[in-house]
Amino acid sequence: MKAAVIVFPGSNCDRDVKVALDAATGRPTSMIWHKETELPALDLIVLPGGFSYGDYLRAGAIAARSPVMRAVVAKAQSGTAVLAICNGFQVATEAGLLPGTLMRNRNQKFVCKDVHLKVETSQTAFTARYAAGQVIRLPIAHADGNYFADPETLAEIEAEGRVAFRYVTPDGAPDDDANPNGSAANIAGVFNREKTVLGLMPHPERLTEPALGGIDGRAMFDSLVAALS
Amino acid sequence: MTAAAAIDFASHGLSREEYERLKATLGREPTLVEIGVIGALWSEHCSYKSSKKWLRRLPSQAPWVICGPGENAGVVDIGDGQAAVFKMESHNHPSFIEPYQGAATGVGGILRDVFTMGARPIANMNALRFGDPAHPRTRHLVAGVVAGIGGYGNCVGVPTVGGECGFDPGYNENILVNAMTVGLADAARIFYSAAAGIGNAVVYVGSKTGRDGIHGATMASAEFDEATEEKRPTVQVGDPFTEKLLIEACLELMASDAIVAIQDMGAAGLTSSVFEMAAKGEVGIDLDLDRVPTREPGMSAYEIMLSESQERMLMVLRPERADAAAAIFAKWDLDFAVIGEVTGSGHLVLRHKGETVADLPVAALSAETPEYDRPIRATPPQAPLDAASLAGGEPLDKSLLRLISAPELASKRWIWEQYDHMVMADTIQRPGGDAAVVRVHGSGKALAISVDCTPRYCAADPEMGGAQALAEVWRNLTATGAKPLAFTDCLNFGNPERPEIMGAFAAAIEGLRRAALALDFPVVSGNVSLYNETQGRGIPPTPEIGGIGLIADWRRMAIIAPELGHILVVVGETRGHLGQSLYLAKCLGRAEGPPPPVDLAAERRHGDFVRAEIAAGRLRSCHDLSDGGILVGVAEMCLAGRTGAKVRLPATEIPAMAAFGEDQGRYLAALDRAEVTGFLARAKAAEVPAAEIGKFDGSDLTLEGFFSISLDAIRTAHEGWFPGYMAAP
Repeated sequence: MKAAVIVFPGSNCDRDVKVALDAATGRPTSMIWHKETELPALDLIVLPGGFSYGDYLRAGAIAARSPVMRAVVAKAQSGTAVLAICNGFQVATEAGLLPGTLMRNRNQKFVCKDVHLKVETSQTAFTARYAAGQVIRLPIAHADGNYFADPETLAEIEAEGRVAFRYVTPDGAPDDDANPNGSAANIAGVFNREKTVLGLMPHPERLTEPALGGIDGRAMFDSLVAALS
Repeated sequence: MTAAAAIDFASHGLSREEYERLKATLGREPTLVEIGVIGALWSEHCSYKSSKKWLRRLPSQAPWVICGPGENAGVVDIGDGQAAVFKMESHNHPSFIEPYQGAATGVGGILRDVFTMGARPIANMNALRFGDPAHPRTRHLVAGVVAGIGGYGNCVGVPTVGGECGFDPGYNENILVNAMTVGLADAARIFYSAAAGIGNAVVYVGSKTGRDGIHGATMASAEFDEATEEKRPTVQVGDPFTEKLLIEACLELMASDAIVAIQDMGAAGLTSSVFEMAAKGEVGIDLDLDRVPTREPGMSAYEIMLSESQERMLMVLRPERADAAAAIFAKWDLDFAVIGEVTGSGHLVLRHKGETVADLPVAALSAETPEYDRPIRATPPQAPLDAASLAGGEPLDKSLLRLISAPELASKRWIWEQYDHMVMADTIQRPGGDAAVVRVHGSGKALAISVDCTPRYCAADPEMGGAQALAEVWRNLTATGAKPLAFTDCLNFGNPERPEIMGAFAAAIEGLRRAALALDFPVVSGNVSLYNETQGRGIPPTPEIGGIGLIADWRRMAIIAPELGHILVVVGETRGHLGQSLYLAKCLGRAEGPPPPVDLAAERRHGDFVRAEIAAGRLRSCHDLSDGGILVGVAEMCLAGRTGAKVRLPATEIPAMAAFGEDQGRYLAALDRAEVTGFLARAKAAEVPAAEIGKFDGSDLTLEGFFSISLDAIRTAHEGWFPGYMAAP
């Protein structure tokens, strides 16, 4: 699998996801500067976490209009897989790659902690190494992770099985106590219609080694390697 | 040059004597710009004029120290050609006036101090002291400071991995915000601030200069009064996004050989950085202030020199590398301007709009920097506690719940969940343990980091309090298995012109000195914050200590969480010292007695023993004992390990003494049953007291002969206070 991480000014999880990808693929992941206008042949594009352009204007809004994003959108439209994590998810919604938007957390505060997630489907390149219905633990770290979409869009996402992950209790209940930011229907991650683009607020790259406190993020990278190599 | 017309030197922070000294050194009347520049440089904040005499006494040498105090940050060798670069700094005054920006720019400033030296910041810590929780302003200050620290650190992408937070009415009008950054550098490529090379370009990079923060350094060198609110415009505004770009651009440039010297613009802005670079390099510098990038038109030379706008750096570059350097800053969309050059004149010459607005002899003025030997008065000793007066307290389980939910000991989750403590994916001990631990990226090594101080001890006996603060940091690092390397300090005190304050300062330094020598734990950087005082009332003496230690192999570190079935052993001697203890304060409402004595030789012996056991892979769960004593320590281990415990305590005159006494030099160790006999035998051989006192088991904490409380009840008490307090109207 040939993977690349897009680096915006203010990206700060770019190295972390590169480390996770390098380990999963056994080859160096390329880093692509936001001022590039063309992309090489790739199997996976990662939009990493961080504070692109300082989150000024709206989280992800300026990055979505940076030169490289035209090329990323074109690649995504032609079927290249895109993994958009945290700020990358915000960029992807702003760029129209994914439906909905990420609003300020309902308690108005930044939150960094491990959360439990239910894997809604294993029938995708991103989640094949998980079991559908499995409860996993991943960290979140964001101030704007409150997923919102209008009722028609939400109904459509649900009907098409495009919810990737939902915030749940350790027992798997998607109740309000398990919802760390106010997201609609406890949605933590969504796919595009073709399930080639995944956006999620949790950080799979932060739990890929036992020393970091868990390995529930590793299966996502292993899934991608298996599907895209 | 035009001399200042009406000389109001006091408004620039100069005393009459200092003004006369400036005039005599120049041999003429100073200009307005010169008064402003020297007023800032000779401020307490920049010059350490009251504290210098005492700071010199602290040991700063060790074979592993690469750079001690005096540069932007301290540097220690961590092997394999790598170095750890770190410092702690206060941002107390601005944070009280404008908590979000004050705290945020405190983080920004300390980050710059570290990456200026060529290090990539890898961890942030902080020590916060607020007033009485019941004080009407406290909640607002807590919310603002925490949001500000998070807002800056999270955006920059450096994990905030821990710290401490305390409350005391003594900080009602003067909170403390001390921020620490640890960075990682190539030991052979440390960057210093001494300008060199006549004709080399002096380059300004980063954000543009605005009118914010003017007089910040002089504000931080005076007490607060009724007019403090009017000082809001002297608080700077932070832009962590620009800081992130500045880090990346500087580190990219540092990979080349372009930089001769580099200095961040912190307190007193361009004034302090340019003067320091010239003084350290024993050269002159000419600056053309018309070339300084400014945010708004019409800024005067005075404003440009005294602005404390954030995210700016000054560098001396090799001229032939200037174009390549400019290209790097263009890539990161940052300002880059050649604003002057290094000269052989020995003078700092400032030109603005065709006029020379300052011409200052650098060496002569450095030599004339005031240094005061202020009168000191010793803190009177406290009478020993009368043990009989301690009898008949409430049941021990009530006291345990009271302590574990007290603001001092209650879980600080509400705070650290607002900090990204995992970015960079090397945090292997998250907040809540004895010390935070971050891996040295890509290696088997890790750094343990801890900040600590116990102000109630320092108030009662500043010398013992100083020694205790250092010993506790050393113990926290040791409890993870780390070898403590060096420390940084933020010495927060009241008005040094009052002999009792200066006496407490001198005594605290003496305590630090003794402990640093005994523990082989030198100081490498730090900061002094005086005048933490409002209307004649100073804060409790607060020598905040930040230490780092090296874990050679992070697969062999200890965490505080025990495993079910582990045997509990207390290391060190339990005498039951309750003077100035949290139990005395919270459960009996008394602040009396001397603080616990620190036996530095025992501290060292016990710590060295514990560290060796961890390094040998025999001890994987360990917790240092401090506030609240054994019962609180066991409860914290139970919470971390999600297991109950059955404990019996050594007999003391009054049970609370064994349960909550704060005797120093102690650890709780949780061991596999099979390891216990060997552990106790080796402890005995090393002359380290150690005794088995219980077992981790079940889901209740049981103290034999006294009580049994469910872990859930303990957790509810421990986790509940902070969110409940912050949610209250």
